[in-house]
Amino acid sequence: MFKILKYSFFDLVRSRWSYVYFLFYLLLAATLLFLNNDLSKAVITLMNVIIILVPLIGTIFGVMYFYNSKEFTELLLAQPIKRSSIFIGLYLGVAVSLSMSLLLGIGVPFLLYGLTQSAAIWDFSLLLITGVFLTFIFTGIAFNISLSNENKIKGFGYAIMMWLFLAVIYDGLFLMSLVFFEDYPLDKLSLIGTMLNPIDLSRTLILLKLDISALLGYTGAVFKTFFGTNQGLIISISVLFLWVLFPAIRMVRKSNKKDF
Amino acid sequence: MIKVQDLHKKFQKNIVLSGVNLELKESGIYSILGPNGSGKTTLIKSILGMVLPTKGSIKINDKSIKAAWDYRKQIDYLPQIANFPSNLKVKELISMIKDLRGNSKRDKELINLFGVEKFLDKKVGTLSGGMKQKTNIVLAFMFDSPILILDEPTTGLDPVALIHLKELIQKEKERGKLILITSHIMSFVEEITDEIVFLLEGNVHFEGNISELKKQTSEQNFERAIASLLISNHV
Repeated sequence: MFKILKYSFFDLVRSRWSYVYFLFYLLLAATLLFLNNDLSKAVITLMNVIIILVPLIGTIFGVMYFYNSKEFTELLLAQPIKRSSIFIGLYLGVAVSLSMSLLLGIGVPFLLYGLTQSAAIWDFSLLLITGVFLTFIFTGIAFNISLSNENKIKGFGYAIMMWLFLAVIYDGLFLMSLVFFEDYPLDKLSLIGTMLNPIDLSRTLILLKLDISALLGYTGAVFKTFFGTNQGLIISISVLFLWVLFPAIRMVRKSNKKDF
Repeated sequence: MIKVQDLHKKFQKNIVLSGVNLELKESGIYSILGPNGSGKTTLIKSILGMVLPTKGSIKINDKSIKAAWDYRKQIDYLPQIANFPSNLKVKELISMIKDLRGNSKRDKELINLFGVEKFLDKKVGTLSGGMKQKTNIVLAFMFDSPILILDEPTTGLDPVALIHLKELIQKEKERGKLILITSHIMSFVEEITDEIVFLLEGNVHFEGNISELKKQTSEQNFERAIASLLISNHV
């Protein structure tokens, strides 16, 4: 598995797109910091970008890399290597290299800015951790979608629809259901609703830590009263873990049953 | 060495293999023949574990291959269409496969034999069909495993490389290997093979050596004998 991870990782690190992605974050973080002069505001703006963009990039990269490495997987499948190691290796290769671009792109300007002496370092670390979680989650889901669809165009379409649903449509439906059922107690429902969407969960997690009640919204407030800040943090991180785990497990199962 | 029992394979509604029984005990060169779509590649891919059978079992050295992977250490495979990651150089591809499978002592010898050293530094994506096939051959023969599976090994080869390939296959046979070949080039098969396995519509239709085939079809010419196997079944 580690050998495959190594090859797919270096293959991706050499590709142009990793650099584009890295430079984009570098520019974004640098502009935000040096124009804003307020670290926690920069963190919030970054959060809004990361929470939408990281899933999108993870999804697109995951699908693209999977379909592009069809030849590589076919070559590997005839070798004495476990199927699960092949796919987990490829998956980790994509997820790790994307996470690297994210961490370096955002981390470097913040370090240069003198983050280590600032109180915002924990908020900032949490932001990066969530970004890494989201990368792993959405790359995993993208791999699942492409494993289940032989047809590239279909796979790509489903993946983009999945992202659109979780990033945009889900929130709308969620809000509408809250308005529609406002006469009923909605605490539990909204909690479950948040946990079922990794993007919402990440947003709540970061806002809980930043402790900005104005931005927290209904679910965030419920989260806070229900779990308190610390317990809320632990629970949402554990749920994010599950979100990483499930796609990975399904990926192994699916790949073991597939014909190549 | 290879034992296939009652092998069935369906792709959705398309039945490709319907009860293939095959036992290859001794070393030697076996050719799997059959018209297009008769299930040759599916049979080979089932033995390699790339295609999972709907029903039936495959044993290699008396061990079932179901859910196993390390039996592939005993198999070298030459795929029909050489699909390699196109952004790698030939050199990198060879060293990658070596890294994944363990060391090979024969790669230099094979690279010289097929003249691959001329394009070691080229990217795989820019190679011609024949160059790709030569690289493919080097990768397949590199590891010296007891079982060799060659799917259309002659595709795109020039006459010199073809002669080298034939000699190489004969040498491997003399060293006690089991070699499984599919090909549509009948002259190649006739020259090289010991046993023929003829697949038709997902079943083994004929199994035996060339003289038995000629006797059964009462044809003197091997190519015609094969053709008559096909025609007699279609009438």
